[in-house]
Amino acid sequence: MEGQEHIHKKVSSIVFGVISPKRMVDSAAAKVVTPELYDKEGYPVDGGLMDIRLGVIDPGLRCKTCGGKLKECPGHFGYISLARPVIHINFVRQILDLLKSSCRFCGRVLIPDDKINKYVGMLDKVTAEEGLEARRKKVKALVAKFKIKDKCPHCNKKQENFKLEKPYTYHEGENKLSPIEVRARLEKIPDDDLVVFGFNAIAIRPEWMVLTVLPIPPVTLRPSITLESGERSEDDLTHKLGDVVRINQRLFENINAGAPEIIIEDLWDLLQYHATSYFNNSVPQIPPARHRGGQVLKTLTERIKSKEGRIRHNLAGKRTNFSARTVISPDPMIQLNEVGVPMVMATNLTVPERITEGNMEYFKKFIENGPKKYPGANYVIRPDGRRKTITEETKEEILEELAPGFVVERHLIDGDVALFNRQPSLHRMSMMCHQVKVLPGKTLRLNPAVCHPYNADFDGDEMNLHIPQTEEARAEAEILMLVQTQLISPRYGLSVVGCIHDSITGNYLLTKELVLTRIEAIDLLFACGINEFSRLPKRDKVTGREVFSVILPKDFNFIGKDKSGNEVKIVNGELKSGYMDKSNLGQESGLLLRNIFEKYGPKRTSDFVDFSSKLGIHVLAKRGFSVGLGDLDLPEEISSKIKAAIDNSLAQVKKFIEDYHEGKLEALPGRGLEETLELKILEVLNRARNEGGNLAMTEAKESGILTMANSGARGNILNIAQMGALVGQQALRGNRISHGFIGRTMSYFKKGDIGTRARGFIGNSFRSGLDPAEFFFGAMTGRDALMDTALRTPKSGYLYRRLSNAMQDLKVEYDGTVRDASGKIVQFSYGEDGLDVTKTENGIIDVKKIIQTIG
Amino acid sequence: MTFNPNKHRLVPKHSKLSDKEKAKLLEDYGITVKELPKILINDVALEGLDANEADIIKVTRHSITAGETVYYRSVING
Repeated sequence: MEGQEHIHKKVSSIVFGVISPKRMVDSAAAKVVTPELYDKEGYPVDGGLMDIRLGVIDPGLRCKTCGGKLKECPGHFGYISLARPVIHINFVRQILDLLKSSCRFCGRVLIPDDKINKYVGMLDKVTAEEGLEARRKKVKALVAKFKIKDKCPHCNKKQENFKLEKPYTYHEGENKLSPIEVRARLEKIPDDDLVVFGFNAIAIRPEWMVLTVLPIPPVTLRPSITLESGERSEDDLTHKLGDVVRINQRLFENINAGAPEIIIEDLWDLLQYHATSYFNNSVPQIPPARHRGGQVLKTLTERIKSKEGRIRHNLAGKRTNFSARTVISPDPMIQLNEVGVPMVMATNLTVPERITEGNMEYFKKFIENGPKKYPGANYVIRPDGRRKTITEETKEEILEELAPGFVVERHLIDGDVALFNRQPSLHRMSMMCHQVKVLPGKTLRLNPAVCHPYNADFDGDEMNLHIPQTEEARAEAEILMLVQTQLISPRYGLSVVGCIHDSITGNYLLTKELVLTRIEAIDLLFACGINEFSRLPKRDKVTGREVFSVILPKDFNFIGKDKSGNEVKIVNGELKSGYMDKSNLGQESGLLLRNIFEKYGPKRTSDFVDFSSKLGIHVLAKRGFSVGLGDLDLPEEISSKIKAAIDNSLAQVKKFIEDYHEGKLEALPGRGLEETLELKILEVLNRARNEGGNLAMTEAKESGILTMANSGARGNILNIAQMGALVGQQALRGNRISHGFIGRTMSYFKKGDIGTRARGFIGNSFRSGLDPAEFFFGAMTGRDALMDTALRTPKSGYLYRRLSNAMQDLKVEYDGTVRDASGKIVQFSYGEDGLDVTKTENGIIDVKKIIQTIG
Repeated sequence: MTFNPNKHRLVPKHSKLSDKEKAKLLEDYGITVKELPKILINDVALEGLDANEADIIKVTRHSITAGETVYYRSVING
């Protein structure tokens, strides 16, 4: 490199074309003349397909063309000169178009001279809009228009009709055209007329689409594999090229010997077949070439095409090293930003560490442990780049030569950084940086509080883990992607993690009703990882609020609302009033977490989520919490009240129906009679359910289920009402159920019965049990809901994918504008208000509050 | 004309920038007319504005997030 001048060139244009036979020969390193591959000594034959002028794949040999060894020599093309030309299968269509549209004698395009110029402009427009294929189709249409007399407008000679006999035989009228004749025709077309077809005569001469020479790809493109038995197994391409060369040689010999025309024709056909299947072995109409075992050969087109091809498999779908994937499961005892990694993974995934004088002794222990014993090391990379596997045998030697500058690939240990990801990665929170915690077991463990940003659950979900391998990558991951830094969602400016389920219930009960002894309180807090109790009042009895206050930051002030609308007041880190429920601790809700984040930063917020969720769980473990059928028991008077409410509604509906039949029902404005009736019935029945639900709720005794619904941990009022009071009207698309038989939903009802029971009203509760008809209606709506989600998920996923792909490189510039990759302005101010949502509270900037905090 | 869409309450106000305003806008954002969003010269909203190609139209819109926002479009001839 030294003293060399770097020449920078800019690509100004690219021309796509077809390679000419001359260029193939000129750029070839060797001419292949024999199908033999190796001689008796196993050395590549000169002029064979594995000729060492085409590159080398054997270690030790040197390339005759460039002198490079294996891995240095990129390989070189060779060529075969074909005894007779063959049609290139991928240009069959284009050749047919050209033949049909040009004169068989003078080669001119079959459009009169005076008209050509007129149409070129129109053709250019078609090309710009629809492409070259459309242009040629258009030319054909034009030619058909001018060919009424079947005569060439230039030389006035009669034209014949061309036909393609698939896959590659052309007929002119009744006569078969040989590739030689086809080539001759194509040669006649003048350069100027090619423009009409959209060919650039410099890059493509049509006759080049009929092959007279076949390029041989370098051996590096089709390496042979040496089997364990020492036998060589050649690549599919080499096999196919061998066939081509063999037939080509036989054809040469037969022509030179003056063999009868039939034999030559047959061989020519065979050559055409082999050349075709070399390019594409899945052409319809021709049998695919096979191995001896019957397995289909993978030739050029198959290498590139389809899902297993080079593009989708190797280029768009590259695999990563240093990554792992398994089933996930919850572990509420690890921290929010940790990930539990199973031991087997930890011993297989490695982190490279550079040996220095300071850490040499430390890493010697890893090497001593070897690959099997944890924490060990799997490889050592010497300063010269040689990689050595650590085994029982090599261990001693490696320890001996270990010196600063070596790199040890050691096992994962607690505290290593890892990227953790769950597909579909729709968010930036779908891939976050976690700290490794090596655990026994075979699943990846994560804190249930981070399930929400990943949208993960534990019904068999799998997640991926990636281990950054360089200092830069680790730093980047830690600074930009650590779980703590991702707490506030850029979508709505609230925390995406928070307490869930039992943690909420626990905190709710703690702050609502619990009074503990000081010892119990300290016990509880210590279990959550707190060992500083000076903030706990020095009394024998402390309230739950005082216990909760210990985990709040010391000088934190907050005013908000809890789920039931009471004021939550925190003064100087002490919870004065209100309960801790979902609207303050929950994910995606409430400003408590948001405000802690703003004032105390990422670390403190994630600690707070950790502490509070552990506190909740431990409170429940200490106090005890359970739900059961008894939770739904209602006092006698309440159940009779509920029954009365239902009966009352049913009577009202009955009255409506009677009115309707007697014609006394008055239609609502803009509605028909039937519609009015349906609306009124629905309204009454819905009211019945609400009444029943409210009765069940207000008079129900304190129960586990009620606590869960009130704290927002799980379930809602409606669920409780359906379990305890009545399930209510089942509806499909907003209407009462009316499907099934003619005039009735089930054969069990009378025709024309539009009463409550016949149209899907469930007067029972889940506790009292549904009768068969009710159960069936419930199943109908249940199935409908299931179908709906099953159908909607992929649809909305695709919509989102299109949206995110369309907007993927939009960027907010420093001047606040949103621009695309080429600098074009999309929005003059991001979101029209220029706000960074992560810096707002639920999309709002509370100026009043900011002034208060400053003043 | 029978119906003037520009008077409809859902149609934002369109106005043409003067040469001076135009120069300032391009200077402020450090752009050329090419980088601006576009509006077709035969757009109904431009009726009566006497807009020519490469003129800049200021659109004053109602916005859910910001109350009122301005947007600029350069006039193009399809």
